Amino acid sequence: MTRQEILIELRKVLSPYTLDKETLANIDEGTNLITDLKINSANLVDIIIDAETKYNIEIDYDAADKMVNVGGCIDVIEEKTNQQI
Amino acid sequence: MSRRVVVTGMGVVSPNGIGISAFLNAIQNGISGIKFMPLYEELKFSCQVAGKPSFVLEDLKNKNYISEVTFHGLKGTNIGYGLMAALDAWTDAGLTYDTDEPRWETGCIFGNSVSDTEAMKNVITRVDNKEVKKLGSRVVEQAMNSGVTSYISGRLGLGNKVITNSAACATGTQAILMGYETIKDGYAKRMLVGSSEYVDTYVFGSFDSMRVLSRKFNHEPEKASRPMSITAGGFVPGSGAAALVLEDLEFALARGATIYAEVLGGSANSGGQRTGGSMTAANPLGVIRCIEEAMANSQITGQQVDLISGHLTATNADMQEIQNWCKALNRSGDDFPLMNSLKSMIGHCLSAAGSIESVASILQIVHGFAHPNINLDDPNPEISKHINLNRLPTSVVNKDINIVAKANFGFGDVNTCLIFSKFNPDDTTRNFN
Repeated sequence: MTRQEILIELRKVLSPYTLDKETLANIDEGTNLITDLKINSANLVDIIIDAETKYNIEIDYDAADKMVNVGGCIDVIEEKTNQQI
Repeated sequence: MSRRVVVTGMGVVSPNGIGISAFLNAIQNGISGIKFMPLYEELKFSCQVAGKPSFVLEDLKNKNYISEVTFHGLKGTNIGYGLMAALDAWTDAGLTYDTDEPRWETGCIFGNSVSDTEAMKNVITRVDNKEVKKLGSRVVEQAMNSGVTSYISGRLGLGNKVITNSAACATGTQAILMGYETIKDGYAKRMLVGSSEYVDTYVFGSFDSMRVLSRKFNHEPEKASRPMSITAGGFVPGSGAAALVLEDLEFALARGATIYAEVLGGSANSGGQRTGGSMTAANPLGVIRCIEEAMANSQITGQQVDLISGHLTATNADMQEIQNWCKALNRSGDDFPLMNSLKSMIGHCLSAAGSIESVASILQIVHGFAHPNINLDDPNPEISKHINLNRLPTSVVNKDINIVAKANFGFGDVNTCLIFSKFNPDDTTRNFN
């Protein structure tokens, strides 16, 4: 999966947690989940659980800390899915 | 300075109607909301009927009660009932949802029994399967007992006191009483009050095991809830919610609110589980004292009560309750006021009973009628030793209703009685100072 492919899939994972669909449609690697997408910080846990299920990966506490912006999420998903291969 | 407190908005999610107009039509026409529950037969419950609103959780999202983000992950039916009733009451009061600043003048007192045992079942299953990491962030807010008040106050930005109360079957009337007192004593201008109850299989099963539920009418569900009947064999559990917007009279008048009725006062007490009272039975002295205090606090006499909205669940406690009302009001025989039990139509909605029955009480004041007691074709012969049977209407009675006494009595020997009145702006019979 390329980073762009992961980004397109990640947008679907984030969708239930933001009301700002316009920002969601235009996310890039620098988009911050909390300040730009206005996602409730408590919901980051749910996004991690959804990503774990979607990609069949396990995201530990240290990796989760990096998932504050879209680029960080892609880093973690890329790293964890590569570990599986 | 004591303040007058009026009802300016109502919302209801009842087994026999969701929304005020459907509910009004149902109680005027004696429409039952009791249905056969195939699952309860499968689970080998003795009672296989229940009152359950035709409620669709997705309506909360589809009809814009809450945002799709809030809805995503919301599973609690109890929260759903309470939210819908509360938000409907708010809209009915002519108020809008959105606000940037907290509404410091408005609080919320809303009760329930258990938060949501199905939400807790999810927690228990996940934890026992060593899958705690999969629970996510939305479980605690739905498993905590204050879930309903949290969702309501968050949606509306309520900034005054927000309290979750629990007093078994007296929860709803107690919430209304506490909201009334908060405004009367000047701590808030407006209180959104009410209660909700979702009787899931676990709650239902616990009552079923006590052998206090109706079990002889499983194949005639609409006949299963029979308060005061000789064939009454226990109550029928019901689910639902109701809410009232209470306001300081001057505050309500200043914004041109529609006033449905006035809360004249009330009382809450306990029989102390003494002299006939126990965990499950009401001490008659406590009940009588509660009703007497409610009337005294409301500055009315027993003679002024036009209608009693009884607790009357369809257990053997009904006969004692009638005698308690006779003593508290000092009225009997032909002189007894009209009395009805909404439970004949919707069953016993436990924590939600008091709020749903209060909405029914206010509707009877507003529209001038006493709703029928359905299934009272074979009244207990004991009744006529105390009151004339014609005091228990079996079809709707169209009549001016000025004052309703509404009481509920709950496990733990707790009682609450409220006095609702038609709103009279020029009331000179009471001292409000």
